[in-house]
Amino acid sequence: MSDQASEIREVIFGTLQAALPQARPLSDDTHIIEDLGLDSVAVMDFVMEIEDKLDISVPLDKIAEVETLGDLVATVQRLKQAA
Amino acid sequence: MALFDKYAALAAQYRQLEQAGANPFNVKFEEVLSPTEAMLAGRRTLLLGTNNYLGLTYEPAVVAAANAASSASGSGTTGSRIANGSYGGHGRLEAALADFYGRKQAMVFSTGYQANLGIISALAGKNDHLLLDADSHASIYDASRLGYAQVTRFRHNSPEDLANRLRRLKDEPGDKIIIVEGIYSMLGDTAPLKEFAAVKREYGAYMVVDEAHSLGVLGATGRGLAEQAGVEADCDFIVGTFSKSLAGVGGFAVTDMEGAEVLRVVSRPYMFTASLPPSNIAATEAALHELRTRPELRRRLNENAHRLYRGLERLGFELGPEPSPVVSAIMPTPEAAFGLWAALLKAGLYTNVSLPPATPRGLALLRSSVSAAHSPAQIDHAIALFAEAGSSLGLLKAELAAAK
Ligand SMILES: Cc1ncc(COP(=O)(O)O)c(C=O)c1O
Repeated sequence: MSDQASEIREVIFGTLQAALPQARPLSDDTHIIEDLGLDSVAVMDFVMEIEDKLDISVPLDKIAEVETLGDLVATVQRLKQAA
Repeated sequence: MALFDKYAALAAQYRQLEQAGANPFNVKFEEVLSPTEAMLAGRRTLLLGTNNYLGLTYEPAVVAAANAASSASGSGTTGSRIANGSYGGHGRLEAALADFYGRKQAMVFSTGYQANLGIISALAGKNDHLLLDADSHASIYDASRLGYAQVTRFRHNSPEDLANRLRRLKDEPGDKIIIVEGIYSMLGDTAPLKEFAAVKREYGAYMVVDEAHSLGVLGATGRGLAEQAGVEADCDFIVGTFSKSLAGVGGFAVTDMEGAEVLRVVSRPYMFTASLPPSNIAATEAALHELRTRPELRRRLNENAHRLYRGLERLGFELGPEPSPVVSAIMPTPEAAFGLWAALLKAGLYTNVSLPPATPRGLALLRSSVSAAHSPAQIDHAIALFAEAGSSLGLLKAELAAAK
């Protein structure tokens, strides 16, 4: 895995852990809505934090396609590379 | 059965509220008596959650205009304006709205929800960018999904955050369209429109302002927050609704932009739905006349808003950031909001419960809205009922802090 990919994963997992009411084990297979019980606004708020930490723009339709944390890491990676 | 499995958790919550006999999402008034009172469960109930800001729902001139229009032009238009033609009233109301706002053009929609769908989805094409305030109303979020533009959210009421996000999009092709509201419907807070307008100019963006809760409430002549903030020239489109201060149903948009007429043949939520019936159009025109000629309604509304806000603040409720006709008490949990709502209703006071994801930051709210039609005595009575119910449930700030 490239340095950038692991940095992105770290930022995403760290930001999410801080946003959850209690600590949870997280993996690439974790379903953001079903497993973590976040509602649609909480997910958008969490992605906003990631946008700021990585200085990228993640359009809402891209968020709608994301199901697992692995999907999110891949989406963010693509956007970061394009930026 | 499987079709509804995805809603199982929500359905269980709803059933629980029904079983408890106090479901804020399924209230049935037996009879509505006036802008401020209704019969509920056999009891005369004070209404403090109806968005009836100017209290015009029973205004004789408004009701008479509706009746006369029904008699003269029939009960409905049975079709859309592009396919089945406009009635005289549609054009007259659009001219009245354009005149009120001092704009070249006005367009009427069948609801405020559809006005947002219709304007936002048509303005933002495939390569354009919509920038939405994070706390935007559901109709604005839905509008952004109806079109094909890229959608970016910025932090609520933060011009700096908007600027930062526009900077990130600087090299992307396409127009940038900013969407904000005048008064936000959940916490009653207002947008820093002057600062947003400066950011808009700096980045060469467009701006749409939804004045749903601020029309008839703010501004020297009641046009809304853009008028109060002195930035109407920067608001390319103003969107609003007839369902609150204008006491009817419907929505509108006004603009000075050249070529905006084309929206009538590209905006799907305008084209593919029936136009408003004559009664509703005539009532709205009459209500707009009341709004324009009776500034004392606005003054009374704002006095009532301050009276309720200061009263609940004094009791020790945690409220939204500023007084407005929407006064929301922030509850520690949804259960607390349900509890307070039910206790108030039992005591004869109707309010609203607002829950996430409709609310910002996961907040549970006990939401009230005041009307110009409330007497000061009615507001004081409501505050007294809040005092009783709030303290018996331990929901005042000091009690909550002590419980922690
Ligand atoms: C900000 C905002 N925009 C639009 C609407 C929709 O208005 P209408 O009730 O006319 O559909 C509402 C009200 O529900 C609102 O609060």
